[in-house]
Amino acid sequence: MKAAVISFPGSNCDYDMYYALKNWQITPTIVPASVTDLTAYDVIFLPGGFSYGDYLRTGAIAQFSPIMQALQTANAAGKLIIGICNGFQILTEAGLLPGTLQTNQNPGFICTTTALHIVNSTSAFSSAYQKTDINLPIAHGEGNYYIDDEQLSQLKANNQIIFTYNDNPNGSVANIAGVTNVAGNVFGMMPHPERAVETILNNTDGQAFFTSIINFLNQKTEAVKA
Amino acid sequence: MYLAKIYVTYKPSILDPKGETVKDALHRLDYQAVSDVVMGKYFEIKIANDNESDVRKMVEAFSQQLLINVNMEVFRYELIALSTAV
Amino acid sequence: MTPTYHEPTPAEIKTAKLYLPWGLTTQEYDLITTKLKRLPNYTETGLFAAMWSEHCSYKKSKPVLRRFWSQNERVLQGPGEGAGILDIGDNQAVVFKAESHNHPSAVEPYEGAATGVGGILRDIFSMGAQPIALLDSLRFGEINDAHTKYLINEIVAGIAGYGNAIGIPTVGGDTAFDDTYAGNPLVNVMAVGLLDQAAMKVGQAKGADNAIIYVGAKTGRDGIHGATFASAAFSDEAHVDRSAVQVGDPFTEKLVMDATIEIATKYPELVIGIQDMGAAGLVSSSAEMAAKAKMGVNLNLDLVPQRETNMTPYELMLSESQERMLLVIKKGAEQKIIAVFARYGLDAVVIGRVTADERYRLTFQAKTVADLDVQFLTHAPNYQLPSVKPTRLIQANPHQYQPVITDFKTTLLSLLAQPTIASKASLYQHFDSMVRTNTVVGPGSDAAVLRIRDTKKALAMTTDVNGRYLYLDPFNGAQMAVAEAARNIIAAGAEPIGITDCLNFGNPDKPEVYYELTQAGAGITAFAKAINTPVISGNVSLYNEYNDEAIYPTPMIGMVGLHTDVAHITTQSFKNAGDLIYLVGQTTDAFNGSEIQKLETGQITGALFGFDAQQEVTNQQGVLAAIRGGVVNSAHDLAEGGLAVALAEATFGTALGFTVNFNGTDAQLFSETQGRFIISVDPANQATFESYFSADLTQIGTVTATRQLVFNTKLSTTEIDQKTAYQTWKDALKWRLK
Repeated sequence: MKAAVISFPGSNCDYDMYYALKNWQITPTIVPASVTDLTAYDVIFLPGGFSYGDYLRTGAIAQFSPIMQALQTANAAGKLIIGICNGFQILTEAGLLPGTLQTNQNPGFICTTTALHIVNSTSAFSSAYQKTDINLPIAHGEGNYYIDDEQLSQLKANNQIIFTYNDNPNGSVANIAGVTNVAGNVFGMMPHPERAVETILNNTDGQAFFTSIINFLNQKTEAVKA
Repeated sequence: MYLAKIYVTYKPSILDPKGETVKDALHRLDYQAVSDVVMGKYFEIKIANDNESDVRKMVEAFSQQLLINVNMEVFRYELIALSTAV
Repeated sequence: MTPTYHEPTPAEIKTAKLYLPWGLTTQEYDLITTKLKRLPNYTETGLFAAMWSEHCSYKKSKPVLRRFWSQNERVLQGPGEGAGILDIGDNQAVVFKAESHNHPSAVEPYEGAATGVGGILRDIFSMGAQPIALLDSLRFGEINDAHTKYLINEIVAGIAGYGNAIGIPTVGGDTAFDDTYAGNPLVNVMAVGLLDQAAMKVGQAKGADNAIIYVGAKTGRDGIHGATFASAAFSDEAHVDRSAVQVGDPFTEKLVMDATIEIATKYPELVIGIQDMGAAGLVSSSAEMAAKAKMGVNLNLDLVPQRETNMTPYELMLSESQERMLLVIKKGAEQKIIAVFARYGLDAVVIGRVTADERYRLTFQAKTVADLDVQFLTHAPNYQLPSVKPTRLIQANPHQYQPVITDFKTTLLSLLAQPTIASKASLYQHFDSMVRTNTVVGPGSDAAVLRIRDTKKALAMTTDVNGRYLYLDPFNGAQMAVAEAARNIIAAGAEPIGITDCLNFGNPDKPEVYYELTQAGAGITAFAKAINTPVISGNVSLYNEYNDEAIYPTPMIGMVGLHTDVAHITTQSFKNAGDLIYLVGQTTDAFNGSEIQKLETGQITGALFGFDAQQEVTNQQGVLAAIRGGVVNSAHDLAEGGLAVALAEATFGTALGFTVNFNGTDAQLFSETQGRFIISVDPANQATFESYFSADLTQIGTVTATRQLVFNTKLSTTEIDQKTAYQTWKDALKWRLK
């Protein structure tokens, strides 16, 4: 199985994602944002960081990178596309996910570990969790998820909300921490599961996130074979 | 009542990394004619005072004091008289 | 060709003494004219002013720096380069340095702190190393006015803004508050990097005809004379030299960093030298690289990438625009290197060549605008400054202050709420401490710990200094700063291996300040030798004064330690109810300079308590051996606030308490005697643990499952609710900053 980790100029969690993926039976490759073809990959990750310095708005300049066309193609093919932190911001700017990430309610970057509730435990990103509440690191200044009431009720109706914050750290609407698109193949979240996969780093609650994805991809492959 | 529209930008001698990055992005989008981008801050501040000269003094004072960092930023502003009924 | 700009003539410079505001003295100017056998032109005068500033030349502090002990078996690179380098085995090395950005941060706190982070990171990756961590040592005035709150918020935001964006975790540091820093805050940033020894680079311009390549951001007029600015003191009237402010661009620096590391790793044979353009920008980097290699340089300033129009040679050479590097590349390999930078979207331009003749030659618009002896330009005359022991030290009362403890509980809670002791989480939560996923122990512990991926090793790191101790005794205070740093490293389970420092002092032309500087330097070396931690890098920040009043002598000690096995990583928190609590070290009446003296009297007075270097070393070695023996569940060093504070801290973040029986007075629970740790041990390991110590070990109690802090002394019994103590400590700073 092959995973692409997209590196935009200014991405800084690309190698964290790369190393986290290496713990599973998956071959990760760091792919620069100048690349225009992603057909070789089964799953695509947009990592955290400060693409283009986050200078205009977070994710605003990255959405015009050459790779974005390939990302649209991958989406049309129903591939899994996962944005963490800045990756989530890029996916919302590019219209691949609903909503917008705004400056934290109390302005300022926050780096801490926060409790999350798993709202939808059947998604490709959460099915392997054996518990309903987990702890994951957050590290962001613009993680305040905004969506209007109408779209929010659609998110709820379609079970697109996967993770919510137990103790909302940034003012997100409906405590939303992670959502999918309607089809369920594109996912974005502000917390960092890739920072929580090793015992030595004192947190392994991110492991089941990756297991969920691998299980989903395996089932998909088997379904194709059958 | 006055509305002050205040624009804050870096002094010309100070590097504006945000403006430079936006300029580069515009070039990548093929707007080659874009030769310079300045990215700043914009404020709209309503002031309940009908004496224009007082208002000007006030705007200049608080802009210096709070809105800008005098070491590296400059500001300019325009005043619009609002009818008090608004 | 006639220049398109107008500058004072050499004769005008001489008669109007235009060099004085730039920091050159008349004697220095006369020395230059004598040596040149002519009058220097405007550009040349500017070059000398920058290169002979204290910031670039260390002309006043050199006699102190020269006496630092900086060599042992691990040292691959000592002082004099971008950063020092220590061998950590397996062909790996750790690279580290600290730098002050005090003056820029006082004028423009956000950008001053941000560019401080950017500058120290360039020092690390210019050695070919990957930066892995940042630490900040901050000193502010006491939090009772709006300006101090503003400085704290902006400086923290500036560090966060730069460090988070470039993606290097900020993992630790120390923050303290004293009135002495109100007008002159201290912003010292330490960076640590990891290096494959094969990729190691130094800032040298060897080999005639090799190319000098300029990389990174374009040059603007920002920060001209920042180096001389850093060498001047502040006062109320000064609305200081505005041009010294620079804006940081972490996005560009991230690209410069990644590209520089790539070429150092990929093409080690083509890259002759790398140097950051820091203080005094292009002149300092190019002249120093030439001088160290005993070569010359020829630079064509028309080729320097420029952000603004009509810049003069003087401005181009002296600009301190950020995010710029200078590389010396083997002749013929220019295009290969330029192509790497182009892939990152960065400008890289050949602006000159190395020459064999030891001349520093600049051309601009086809005219020679400077032609100087490189060694003369880079070697300011050294000064032997007069040194006089300050009256306050001669007349210091030798008796230790005696605290009056009428209500033990209130005293302890008040100490836990003192900003210097209280939790700094409301500050460090703004820093990304986890990016790069190597942080095993982050901010809020004795020392931060980062594992080294794919090895069993880890690195511990810390910054420390208590300026109050040095104010009362600069020699012993400096020894204690090194000792405390080492205790922090050892409590984390690592062996201390080296030191970097930032020597923050007042105006050295005052004999009393110079005395403090020399004594502190001697103190650092004395104890550094005792524990085999050479001083491999550092910087000097003088003229830290406000209204003619010097700050406390504050030589920040940054220390790195090595874990040979990640299994030795230890934290300060108690782990299990029933564990035995031990105190390592003797407790005496050590109160002059202490937190309790400050709390009860509002000031710091008297002669500092003593320092027993031998006992300190023995205790440290015992603790490290016990940790390596696998019989220590937690270890915490004792510092400000003494035993009572350290015990309380060991319960914070846990649902545990303790019962302690202390064979001393209530007051001694707050004594700050050096050389002490508290250790918790599983009862099953009691005998083995005790075997690591021959003396100075006391079992003082046990960890309990009830969240009560129970103190029994010779005089009293006090019970304090652990949750109350924790909340007090946790929220105190947050509330004061509101």
